[in-house]
Order: sequence, then structure tokens, then C-alpha cells
Amino acid sequence: MRKVAILGIGQTKIDEHWELSLREIGGNAAFAAMQDAGMDKVDALFVGNMLSPMINGQNQLGTFLSDWIGLWGQEAVKVEAACASGAAAFRSALMAVASGEIESALVVGVEKMTDKPGREVTSALATAADADYEVEQGISFVGLNALIMRRYMHEFGWKHADFAPFSINSHENAMHNPFARLHERITVEKFEKSSMVATPINLLDASPIGDGAAAAVIVPAERVASVKGKPRVVVAGSASATDTIAVHSRKDPLFLAAAYESSKRAYQMAGVTKDDIDVFELHDAFSIMAALSLEACGFAERGQGVRLGLEGEIGPKGRVPICTRGGLKARGHPVGATGMYQIVEVVQQLRGECGETQVDGAQIGMAQNIGGSGATIITHILKAE
Amino acid sequence: MEIPRHWRLKKQRYGLVGEVCPHCDYKIFPPRDVCPNCGDEAKELYTFSGKGEVYSYTTVYEAPAGYDTTAPYTVALIKLEEGPMVTAQLTDVDNSEVQIGMPVEMVTRKMRNDGDERGLIVYGYKFRPVLNEPQR
Repeated sequence: MRKVAILGIGQTKIDEHWELSLREIGGNAAFAAMQDAGMDKVDALFVGNMLSPMINGQNQLGTFLSDWIGLWGQEAVKVEAACASGAAAFRSALMAVASGEIESALVVGVEKMTDKPGREVTSALATAADADYEVEQGISFVGLNALIMRRYMHEFGWKHADFAPFSINSHENAMHNPFARLHERITVEKFEKSSMVATPINLLDASPIGDGAAAAVIVPAERVASVKGKPRVVVAGSASATDTIAVHSRKDPLFLAAAYESSKRAYQMAGVTKDDIDVFELHDAFSIMAALSLEACGFAERGQGVRLGLEGEIGPKGRVPICTRGGLKARGHPVGATGMYQIVEVVQQLRGECGETQVDGAQIGMAQNIGGSGATIITHILKAE
Repeated sequence: MEIPRHWRLKKQRYGLVGEVCPHCDYKIFPPRDVCPNCGDEAKELYTFSGKGEVYSYTTVYEAPAGYDTTAPYTVALIKLEEGPMVTAQLTDVDNSEVQIGMPVEMVTRKMRNDGDERGLIVYGYKFRPVLNEPQR
């Protein structure tokens, strides 16, 4: 397999874009990435998306988008893995370019969520879980994470307020990201008083949905020169792993086995350890997921992920900087697009384009995208050279 | 309406029928083709006692479509006495009285309406706190 570089990136602001359609949002990110790459044609388009058949009544998203952006005749396909669709599309494109089958690929993660009322979006999101044995019981996607969080608090003795640093950090970092959904600082007091969604998860534990798209153009690394001020960013590690689809089937519902497995494989492929990771864009769909992800990837002992936040280690100047552009919590979580936002943000860090939330001297960054409540977990490690 | 799906799941929903692995005796719910314990083929039916305890729980305030008329309601992970875990709503209990470790038992209850007033009423398992044996 040959080495692959990320030549261009693009993203749209995550918001309630009433005036924009699914194709326009996806197109805007795609055009931005192509322009950044200085290309007007690619061999193939990979689209990451979860909800378009249910929310937008649109399938065949590969061709739907390739038509809109003028890639007539080229190969195009949609890749779906619930909230991990973005990273799944990226990994599919990566394998196609790395194998030598194609010379260039555009990856677009896109989601247009605000075309249906909230409870219908809640139902659509629940399709990531087991329809026969979880969803039928009236459990929402938030509810599944709440079951995990309640037990975690019970077993390890944490209070709800102990999770606040994750949300506070994400909100603080989003203040400096123009593409973020939320631009609002929060405090522990506000975190504790927020309205309940599914106990113990309240609104400030949970990431907001939204409309958005993020994209990247990838090519063989040999075609990219490292320019001063804009280093070459290559994909050093990529791995995907799965767990049971239902939370109740896990041997240990408090451990993200697929995060452990995919991060282990990605570290191995990149020839690095967790200590080499300068910045980590993790999947804080809910505050509990930030803790579990840190633990499974080796940054904290089991049950102690919360401690990193409490000890002030997760900010851009901390030992393990996470969610430096706002994370899912404040940048927003347009589900199928999220994995591509994470990739784009790590590239921004490695290029040194993050301003106030820039991690000094960031050379190696990791992005981890979670589908379902830990069922599909995809880890990418990017390197500046 | 999803009539075939409701019909197909009737043994599980009304009787908590899972499987027992013929190779390692592991009890399996919901049923699946491969034993999660030994990896061998599993297809021998096994009826669970319906007794267990609350492993974790959540009270859902923002419910999915079709369930919003009964919100807030409590859903739990129940550790069945035979070993496996099941996701189920709790019933006959105040949301504020639920605790981890609470002994519960399966009962059959109405889950929701599938379709309009001419649609199907879906029944299934919920769990309630174990009732004390009457004094004799």
C-alpha cells in the first residue's frame, strides 16, 4: 500500500441552514476542499451520511452529490456506519487510493438534519441501535448513552458535575472556531442546571445536531510537496473495529472495546504510541463518551477518564488536548458529517491554522469517530511532514 | 405498520425465549446464531425465568416518535439471573424509586400503537419490582 496525503480540506458552518438543501451543503464543503487542493477533477467521490433516506427522502447520495458538483462520469458511492459514516467514507477512499486503484478521491461527510421535527430526528438517530431489542423498548440514542453513564458513575463514584470539564472545554474551544454551531461559554453551574434529556444526561452533556458538511481531497503522498508554512499532511494510521450492535450484549458496557482495538491498530500502523499524539479529536457526542474514549485509547486508566478533565489536562495547552475546535459538543454533531469535521480539524492543527486553540508544535494528530453507542469505532492518525 | 416483524418476535416478546448454547451451556438473549461465549453454533431454545436485577437505568424525557405520549418513562438494563442483559422499560414503579441492584421480574405490557387507531397494539416485555410473597 502506498502512502496517502490530504491535499485539500473544506467545511461549512454547522447550523440550522433553513435556506440550504442537502446538495448545497455537501457541495459547498466539496468545492472548498477542491479549491484548497487546487484540483477540479478527482477519480472518485465517497460520501459519508447516515440519515438522508429518512430525513431528506434521498438515497444514492454518491451520484446525487457527484452530479451537483459536476463530477459526471466519475465513480461515486455513499458509505454508512451511523455516526461513524464520515470516517468510514474517509477510510474507504483511503484504501482505494492507497491500493493504487485510483489516483485521487474526494470525501464528503454531509448531513441535513433540520428538515424534520425533533422527535422524528430522534427516531431516525435511534436506527443506529438494535431495532428489535433496544429501540422497541422506547430507548432513545441519548438514553443508551445515559444507561452507560449512570452505571459508570455508580461503579467509579463520580458525580454528574465531574463531567463538566469536557463540555466546558469544548464550548471554550468553539468560541474560536467560526464553523462551530455554538459560540457560548458555559460554567459548572450552568452545566448542572441544564434541562434533562435522559437521566443523568442533560442538554449540556449532549452534542447538538445540525446541518453541515466537511470534505477532504486525498492523493498519493508522492504527488505532494511539503511547502514552508503548509506542511504535507499524510495518513499514518487508519483502523476500524466493531463491537456488538446492542449495548446489552457487551461483556463490559463500560469499556469501548472497538476504540481500544482500532486505536491499537492505528498506533501500530503509524509506528507511534499514545504519548506521541499531540492532539486528539475524539467523539464527545455525550460527556461520558469522552471519558470512555480516553480510557480505551490508553490516555487514562479504566474509570479515570474523567480525571483528565478535572485536572485541566484536556485544553489546547494541556497534556492531552481534545476537541480543540469545539468537539461534537460545541462544534456540533451533524452525524454522518462529524467524522470528516474531525479529519479536517486535525489537518488544521497540523498545518498550524488554529489560532487561539492551536496546539504548539502539533506534528501528530488523532481523530476518532464512533458509530452507535460504541458499535463501530474508526481511528485515524495524521502526521505533518 | 410492521406486522411480520411483530409476529416474528412473539416468542421473545411474550415469553422471553432465548437460547442455550449446546456446546458451553451459555444462556443467550436475544437469540443469535453464534454463541458469544464459545463462538460455536447456537440454536437450541431456552425460556428465561424473567427474574433479574437493574444494572443501570435512565428516565427518558425526550422520547422517539411513537413513545412520546408516555414520556417520561424509565428504561433499564436488566441483568437476568441466567446471565445475559436485556434492555427493557420498567413498569409499576415510580421513576424516582428505581435503583441499581433492584430485583425485578418480567411482565407483559402494552408497548405502543403501531399505526393509527386501526393499527396494531404492540405488546411486549417490561420489568417491575419483584412483589413480596403474600404472608400465609
